[in-house]
Amino acid sequence: MSEYSVVGERVNRVDALAKVTGKALYCADINLPNMLHGKILWSPYAHARIRRLDVAKALALEGVMAVITAADVPGQKNEEEHLNPMTCCLAREKVIFAGQPVAAVAAINPYIAEEALGLIEVDYEELTPVIDVLEAMKPDAPLVHPNMYTENLPAKDAKPSNIFWYMKNSHGDVEAGFREADVVLENTFRTQTVHQGYLEPRAAVVSVDLEGKVTVWSDNQGIFECRQLVASFMNLPLNYVRVIPVESGGAFGGKSHQVVPPLCALLSRKTGQPVKIVTTREEVFKTNRPAAASVITIKMGATKDGRLTAASATMVYDFGALHGMGGMGEVPFGSFTGLSLYRISNFKIECYDVVTNKTPSGPYRGPTAAQAAFAVESQMDLLARALGIDPLEFRLKNAVAEGDVMVNGTPFGKIGFRETIERMRKYLAQRGKPEGKNRGRGIAAGFWPTGIMGSAAHINVNTDGSVILVVGSTDVSGTRTTLAQMVAEELGIPFEKVTIVTGDTETAPFSAPSVGSMTTRSMGTAVYRACQDIKEQLCQRAAQQLELKRKNVEFVHGCVQVKGVPEKYVSLADLVAEDFRFPEGPITGRGSGEMGEGAPVFAVQVADVEVDKETGKVKILSYAAAQDVGLAINPTLVEGQMQGAVAQGIGWALSENYIFNNGVMQNSTLLDYRMPTATDVPFVDTMLVEVSFGTPPFGIRGVGEPPIVPTLATIANAIHSATGVRLKELPMTPEAILNSIKTQGKSKTK
Amino acid sequence: MGKLIKLRVNGQEQEVMVEPRQTLLDTLRYDLGLTGTKEGCGNGNCGSCTVLLNGQAVNSCLIFAIEVDGQEITTIEGLYQGGKLHPLQQAFIDEGAVQCGFCTPGMILTAKALLDSNPHPTEAEVRLAIAGNLCRCTGYDKIVRAILKVAVA
Repeated sequence: MSEYSVVGERVNRVDALAKVTGKALYCADINLPNMLHGKILWSPYAHARIRRLDVAKALALEGVMAVITAADVPGQKNEEEHLNPMTCCLAREKVIFAGQPVAAVAAINPYIAEEALGLIEVDYEELTPVIDVLEAMKPDAPLVHPNMYTENLPAKDAKPSNIFWYMKNSHGDVEAGFREADVVLENTFRTQTVHQGYLEPRAAVVSVDLEGKVTVWSDNQGIFECRQLVASFMNLPLNYVRVIPVESGGAFGGKSHQVVPPLCALLSRKTGQPVKIVTTREEVFKTNRPAAASVITIKMGATKDGRLTAASATMVYDFGALHGMGGMGEVPFGSFTGLSLYRISNFKIECYDVVTNKTPSGPYRGPTAAQAAFAVESQMDLLARALGIDPLEFRLKNAVAEGDVMVNGTPFGKIGFRETIERMRKYLAQRGKPEGKNRGRGIAAGFWPTGIMGSAAHINVNTDGSVILVVGSTDVSGTRTTLAQMVAEELGIPFEKVTIVTGDTETAPFSAPSVGSMTTRSMGTAVYRACQDIKEQLCQRAAQQLELKRKNVEFVHGCVQVKGVPEKYVSLADLVAEDFRFPEGPITGRGSGEMGEGAPVFAVQVADVEVDKETGKVKILSYAAAQDVGLAINPTLVEGQMQGAVAQGIGWALSENYIFNNGVMQNSTLLDYRMPTATDVPFVDTMLVEVSFGTPPFGIRGVGEPPIVPTLATIANAIHSATGVRLKELPMTPEAILNSIKTQGKSKTK
Repeated sequence: MGKLIKLRVNGQEQEVMVEPRQTLLDTLRYDLGLTGTKEGCGNGNCGSCTVLLNGQAVNSCLIFAIEVDGQEITTIEGLYQGGKLHPLQQAFIDEGAVQCGFCTPGMILTAKALLDSNPHPTEAEVRLAIAGNLCRCTGYDKIVRAILKVAVA
């Protein structure tokens, strides 16, 4: 029996009704009077000098109202701002990736804008592109950014480099650890560039008024982050940019950066009219920020009885032309998430983040962690095979628990890794082994630290006892619903009495962007505190009414009660309902949460697959996902996150890929970039393990990103189990599997 | 040069002046203000723009408005009739089949076309029917369950 009445319930999403009826407004649905339509000219080359850029003919076309180039950008004075991967980097003199914006046009309709693009004359001088990530690391490689030096080295390098970040984590004596091992394996694993694949293409509508104030509608993961990027591009103070929230049609990290709104803002300022740009799917693929590709070499050793003794890894991430995302260059997460799941006393992990002249990358659901987990968890599977130990028991034997430390030295607080493995063990015992020819089972685990950042919330109490919660967090995963559930729970009122409003950047208190699986916890902290603020105010008023001291009353289940006399109470509604004018002053709760300790999350997944040895096609027969969620505020929403992440992971494992030719993506349609359809994925059985993190709100952990972390290796391990062959490179297409069966089949490694 | 066409959209007669290059999707979204129909790819790969054309599920981004003069269109806005949700809409809400919501209108209309022609589909038939409608949020799990729930009811 739960101690809560609204938290933990499967209440329907507050946004569902608008979405099933087509009423929900997304950016492209916004149309303003007198609105112009914009189009963007993108670089067709991965690396080229712009010898000449002439927009005169485009500007002369009837119906064209403005054309902008880098020369028009008011902000981004220095190189660092210009190359900020989070915002628009309108090409200056040189293009560094195919899909970099070179110019933009505003016209009276999209057809004319499109036609105008064809009239812009650009004379490119092609330069040698840096394509292969390992080649890019060589000292004599051509440079993507001529003035970039590797950061985080003990001393500054003598020469600029394509390696923009280096990180090393080590402990103990790795060589001694390998000597102690009975089995030592070393392998290199590669993952490809993949896209977040949100269904809604990037878009923006921007209106600049006569005072120069900019109003933005855009698909984003944070209205305040979007405001920051537009303001810096336009060289405006923050109070001159207002970002209004709209529904986000999928994001997964891929809508953190903002390329389109800055261009719309500049076009709108130039024309004095609102400007709308809706990108095409090809633009989404080529110009947005997919996940980094990786090459990871990993060596691990274990004793006969299955104890890990040492690990060494070299992780290389190919970030494309711009270095990832703000804050991410500094923390290549995979370098510490990959091996932090297990107790290994001796390890050395070196991580290199590298730029190339390919599509710049950005965050995608647990950024860089899924890549690292593919290598580590494939390697764990190979070790378990070599040792003849069950892969689940092997993981359980080495699994970290509270008090152990991550490879970067951070100690684990309350975690539920072992509980999650044990939950999966129980499930598998009931399920039995996959029977039949060419069938197999794969298991893998994943770790994601999740984050918590500064956010604030307001709650206004109405005179009938209902309340309005005002937040500025973008809802990308159902957070409006879960935050409203928290308020109903804390204030002891029915869910229906809580209305949640996503304010804009002028009306809502500040919120961190909805990234890092943190919104329910970051904003939840603020909401929880706002509720405590309200309770305190209500207690004070009630004490006054009852002529008691504050310490003699308490807030219990929606009422202020006299301590020790439960029958003597005043309800929330009664406290505020005396007069609709609030003679004692309106009650407004305020809560603010600070940046804090992430709540680590572990996920364990199992796939049963069948591989057709004639065609190489993988059929996923069943899939199970277990995860420590702390406490599920709304189990339906948590399951939805897990099931969605697994499907994305299946696409990453089996079919999705950026196919580059000279750095230019060749398969930029949703037919050629093959995301899973309903026929490619089975039902996903979910197990929510609830090991409380121990702190408010409700001991919850972030849930959105962790479930994609183990999926890639889960599938690879299942394919090995079914076929006896090991694939170390993604995607594991039918062609790749057939080739592996041909080449490895003879020397079967079981 | 525009041409005046007549459409019956969600049971209402509409006259629209369309250009030959204009898709049915653009006509619905821009001329008739029915923005519930979404554009996810513009080339028939994602199914977000699915509407019913004389009861059949079609990608409205692949059809020129001028081609459907005199015909009957149902969009997501047309499913909510007389203050009542269609059972599929209700099931999508109740089963948690809605996340970002961008694929939802097209998904529901494809499901409606399926159930209209095959009221009791198997799971495999449901999955095949919606294979042209991409969803990136849900892994299709709760969507398939929602459709099956209506099919059984």
